Amino acid sequence: MATVHLPSGLTRHTGGVDTIEIDAARIPELFAALCDRFPLIAGHLNDMAVAIDGDIYADPGYQPLRADSEVHLVPRIAGG
Amino acid sequence: MTATREFKFVGTRPIRHDGVDKVTGRASYGADVTWPGTLHGFVLRSPHAHARIVSIDTRAAEATPGVHAVITARDLPETTARIAIGESAIDLRDIADNVMARTKVLYHGHAVAAVAATTLDIARRAAETIAVVYEVLEPVMSVDRAIAADAPILHPAMRTTGAPAADAAGATNVASRIELKRGDVDAGFAAADLVVEREFRTPMVHQGYIEPHACIARCGEDGRASVWCTTQGPFFVRDASAAIAGLDPAHVKVIPSEIGGGFGGKIVVYLEPLALALSRKAQRPVKMVMGRDEVFRATGPTSGSKVRVKLGARRDGTLVAASASLWYEAGAYSGSPAGAGAMCALAAYKIPNFFIEAHDVVVNKPKVAAYRAPGSPIAAFAVESVVDEIARELRIDPIELRLRNANAEGDRAPYGPKYGPIGLTQVLDAARNHPHWRAPLGANQGRGMAVGFWFNAGMNSSATVTLNGDGSAAVVTGNPDIGGTRAAQAIMVAEELGIPVERVRPSVGDTDGSGYTDVTGGSRVCYATGMAVIRAAEDAREQLKARAATIWNVSREAVEWHDGRAVPPEGTEKAKPMTVAELAAEMTHTGGPIVGRASLYAPMAGPAFGAHICDLEVDPETGRSQVVRYTVVQDVGRAVHPSYVEGQMQGGAAQGIGWALNEAYVYSADGVMENAGFLDYRMPVASDLPMIETVIVEVANPLHPYGVRGVGEVPIVPPLAAVANAMRDATGIRFTELPLSPPRVLEAIEAATTVAVQA
Repeated sequence: MATVHLPSGLTRHTGGVDTIEIDAARIPELFAALCDRFPLIAGHLNDMAVAIDGDIYADPGYQPLRADSEVHLVPRIAGG
Repeated sequence: MTATREFKFVGTRPIRHDGVDKVTGRASYGADVTWPGTLHGFVLRSPHAHARIVSIDTRAAEATPGVHAVITARDLPETTARIAIGESAIDLRDIADNVMARTKVLYHGHAVAAVAATTLDIARRAAETIAVVYEVLEPVMSVDRAIAADAPILHPAMRTTGAPAADAAGATNVASRIELKRGDVDAGFAAADLVVEREFRTPMVHQGYIEPHACIARCGEDGRASVWCTTQGPFFVRDASAAIAGLDPAHVKVIPSEIGGGFGGKIVVYLEPLALALSRKAQRPVKMVMGRDEVFRATGPTSGSKVRVKLGARRDGTLVAASASLWYEAGAYSGSPAGAGAMCALAAYKIPNFFIEAHDVVVNKPKVAAYRAPGSPIAAFAVESVVDEIARELRIDPIELRLRNANAEGDRAPYGPKYGPIGLTQVLDAARNHPHWRAPLGANQGRGMAVGFWFNAGMNSSATVTLNGDGSAAVVTGNPDIGGTRAAQAIMVAEELGIPVERVRPSVGDTDGSGYTDVTGGSRVCYATGMAVIRAAEDAREQLKARAATIWNVSREAVEWHDGRAVPPEGTEKAKPMTVAELAAEMTHTGGPIVGRASLYAPMAGPAFGAHICDLEVDPETGRSQVVRYTVVQDVGRAVHPSYVEGQMQGGAAQGIGWALNEAYVYSADGVMENAGFLDYRMPVASDLPMIETVIVEVANPLHPYGVRGVGEVPIVPPLAAVANAMRDATGIRFTELPLSPPRVLEAIEAATTVAVQA
């Protein structure tokens, strides 16, 4: 089960839940499960980057997940 | 791999491939190219900071002899296309409106019309005949005014996105708000022995690249177009300019010129869509070059800000709680780096309880663009100033205090994930052990230090490595070279193929001649595009091994590669190791040309820390200060070309020192920038600064084959606080507002003296 950590700004859409365990092999399945459980979060996922086991993807695409992956949704940034 | 690999070329300092062209003036920059039949474009800009456009009458301009085209926003399609820029996809509507105002002007200098004529003088005089009727509105020139209950609203449809404050409702100038939180902040402060809280302000500042924005565009009657321009992102220029001008990007080629500095400010588009639209209308090439005042008034600086920071510590210096409220000016449209500021603010420290909020606030100033570690220097100025105060109050060495709280591998970053290998502790140790830290100070001198953090963007990169018949090679990527990346890429190819660096020709391709590559920015090129180059060279090497196998009539798998040579399996009759040159000479007989290719999408990984030490001498009679010694220590992962790495460290420090001491957009009450030139906008020049000392620390980034981390952005993060902390040491005064210009410093010294006398 991947452990998903949500930033505090998103927990208003999850009833205060900030950590969720989700069984998913890849990011798209994880996002789908997240939206199933918390429909209000759906409109915000495209604005976030995703950290998978410490590596941040601005576009996580179809990145695979390990059974014990740690996933963090983080704000997107731009560099100069 | 990185820990054990012996490098032959990585870490050497070959002469830069572009050096002679640049010092002799042969290098071609944005304004250096003219095509047959070229017209000259001029942009008419708003004289108001905030106004509604009632009407625009261009008839007189169009009738002016020598004028071939006049455009306004009506000549550009309304677009809502989303395209990739840097780390994310963006809505082009704001960028298009920034390129040319449609219904409102939102800052002084906002483009409202453009003219193309046979000479620049004719274009300028024709533009002056364009009659624009404005309904002038009150300009919003600060965060405080923007968030006031009775503030004019810049964008009536704007609602706060992200995590709006509980009382947010209706139209607003706060485009977004984010939060980062951990632990119990109230309990953390309650457990602290010392709490320090301060509010800091920084003005809007510009990147100050020497080369102004410039381009030439040619658009035929069939909609096929070419653009030569100075840019950090030719593919973004292609896609954005085509969408804004209403062209098919498949028909647009963008050729990047040499670039005279960018620092993030040349990622976006300003002139290119206008030149394309003018060229389409005139059916002639159109060249456009900004003056320095236009660069200041109408391109993207970085945010002015208000930041409130509160830190709590135990007597032993352990930081136990933090809160920070960041308010960043976005300029006329949303998009300040407030979020990045929030992520970076506490990145150095293990603090169990914190709350950070960051606001993106629109004001009637130019739309901000990226500027070297966008958002991080502002946050570091506030946090590192407060950390310095805590060290002083607790009488703990500032480096020791930071070491006691330093994040290390396995610690959780304030934005969530655990850090991989990071070099903060090593950087702080190197700073503490540097002779500078213990050197005696002279009269009126003070010493300050600060740390800084920035990420290492990944994203899309492509590279090709082409072998020539004589065994030399060419490497092409789509990243304009703003920091020595061509030299680094040549070193990488040399390392992988085992040929001299001088036998590798690195170049920047245009959008037809290179695979898609994201912008030069985010400290990503040596890291991400470097990985593509290494893989492309590996691909070429594998092909060379296959050619050797053909010649020796052995299996490909049996061929080894050692020290730049293909080595036959033992016992192969009459076979001896072959060099790249020997194999390249046989290309035609063994299968044709050899082209190594690679493309990839890299994650953002391997963030880096730096620590700066600044000695400042302050003249108490005038308030003028002089940096007398400055040392930059930085974890770079692996220095591929150390001279360029040191140059980045020095250059970032110099820019940060300018931000700290002198630079500021100065506005009149009606929103007009009053210092839009280098005479009045004071940037440091070589004679202002001592030779900046550098210490390279190498803690390998495990995601890069050589261990490379991004280098270019970290060094602008610490100087604001390092200089302010040195000023505190020299004068006894804690400054919370930049710049530390002589008038501000003198006023504070005199005020402190008056207080002391009265006491």
